Amino acid sequence: MRRPSFVVYGVLAAFILGSAFPLYYSYLVASRGNELLTGDFTLVPGGNFLSNAARVFDTIPFWKALGNSVLVSGTVTLSVVLLSALAGFAFAKLRFRGSGVLFLFVVATLAVPTQLGIIPLYMAMAEFGWAGELEAVIVPNLVTAFGVFWMRQYLVDAIPDELVEAARMDGCSLWRTFWHVALPAARPAAAMLGVFTFMQSWNDFLWPLIVLNADNPTIQVALEKLQSGYYVDYSLVLAGTTLATIPVLLVFLVLGRQIVAGVMQGAVKG
Amino acid sequence: MTAVLTRPDRGRVEEDPRPRYRLSSLDTKVSPYLFVAPFFVLFAAVGLFPLLYTAYVSLFDWELGADERTFIGLDNYSTLFTDGQFWNALFNTFSIFLLSSVPQVIVAVLLAALLAANLRGRTAWRMGVLLPYVASLVALAIIFGSLFGPQYGLVNDVLTTIGLPRIDWQANTFGSHVAIASMVNWRWTGYNALIVLAAMLAIPREVTEAAVVDGAGPVRRFFSITLPMLKPTIVFVIVTSTIGGLQIFTEPKLFEPAGGSGGGAEHQYQTVVLYLYQSAFQHFDLGYASAIAWTLFMIIIAVAGLNFWLTRRAVR
Repeated sequence: MRRPSFVVYGVLAAFILGSAFPLYYSYLVASRGNELLTGDFTLVPGGNFLSNAARVFDTIPFWKALGNSVLVSGTVTLSVVLLSALAGFAFAKLRFRGSGVLFLFVVATLAVPTQLGIIPLYMAMAEFGWAGELEAVIVPNLVTAFGVFWMRQYLVDAIPDELVEAARMDGCSLWRTFWHVALPAARPAAAMLGVFTFMQSWNDFLWPLIVLNADNPTIQVALEKLQSGYYVDYSLVLAGTTLATIPVLLVFLVLGRQIVAGVMQGAVKG
Repeated sequence: MTAVLTRPDRGRVEEDPRPRYRLSSLDTKVSPYLFVAPFFVLFAAVGLFPLLYTAYVSLFDWELGADERTFIGLDNYSTLFTDGQFWNALFNTFSIFLLSSVPQVIVAVLLAALLAANLRGRTAWRMGVLLPYVASLVALAIIFGSLFGPQYGLVNDVLTTIGLPRIDWQANTFGSHVAIASMVNWRWTGYNALIVLAAMLAIPREVTEAAVVDGAGPVRRFFSITLPMLKPTIVFVIVTSTIGGLQIFTEPKLFEPAGGSGGGAEHQYQTVVLYLYQSAFQHFDLGYASAIAWTLFMIIIAVAGLNFWLTRRAVR
């Protein structure tokens, strides 16, 4: 196939620069201060980023929020991946009465907006005394219908029936067959499900905003508190958004290739 | 689905009834249910039950924190259907949705066509396009709030530099919708471009080659072959973005500085979920908020059903 002309590269480069600009802008304001907004605009960063970052640490419990987000998203991801693989394996490779109907139920719930159940969920959390605690943002997200669907679709083709059968002949229980045969085979799909679940949980905002408070927030809720004062000091707020973006960018540099592959595979399979 | 496990095992149980095999037969019968149970139990408890219970709460005058609650039948709904603020929120939600989905799909298809070229370092280009998708939503909404600031925002600076009048992006209804839609577009266009790209790369090469032999140029090939073959994917993109778009919350919530949830002084950019949030957690009217939630749920089901019906027709 012929290589495309420089125009194609030019348009793509312009699009990507435009995409990256808001993030760079956030760093610009954070490093120069509010006079960038009131005075003449420039693309050269200044030297105030560290002092603005220090003010962020004084205003919100940034590190605690970051730690909370890692803990919440990590737990949710581990649970979603494991429970989805387990159910997906059963739907893909085991024969049991009612499996067809049950799987149909999973497919039917894919599009159900469970987010709209937040009011009873909030009542329940208040009842359990979990309001303000991390349990409140972890427990409601331990499973997703999408995860089960995704793992089932992958495992149907990924594990030959003979392999499951052989493990059974050797006296493996179904649990051991899952653990030693299905889970290793599921690794590529599990990794992608993990990355997407983590990102989704990391970005979750509506529910954490309702159920957590300023003293024990996730990073998204902490950022909102930074912005919700009566007077918005943008050099402070945008220092916060820059700080919160750095870890995400690092992860993207390491896992970007897999994330791209995941988006594209999801398109073909879904 | 496969028919493997049970038959050989059962055969063995009959010939050789040692305990291990009896255990194995029990394992075969019960374990599959144990494997799917965690999903169903948890999903029912934290997903389905709250959603259904919302319908129950919507039949009460139910204040957050109050001891008493009164059954009032469908009163919340009759209030809702005459509530100007609700219709306004519904209008805003659809307006923002249209402003974000239509340009987004067009740009995503064009972008995918560029990415489908035989690029040098193609993974790097694909990653670049996906960058906004991984950036955190709250950070983005705050950044865009600053860019679209009425007084010192960069967007207005650019407008005045090229000789156009300033726009008060917060106060102006259409302006605020454009600003919020631009956040959605910024975040999702690249992601959807990759989905369309995947579908584009899956088009069999013979089809394109046959068109080349028949003398079709690149533009003709794009409109007569690529685009029709992408139809199912484009419909998929539209359906998923509808379900998400009707529940938009973070962008309009953070577009209002100082932590308000009215969606502007005149509710000019308050969406349905933002109104739900305001009713439940600032007016503490859980019954009314539940009626909003349940009505939105019905709308989403209807729109998704309509989409599904249109898809079937489009594919046929």
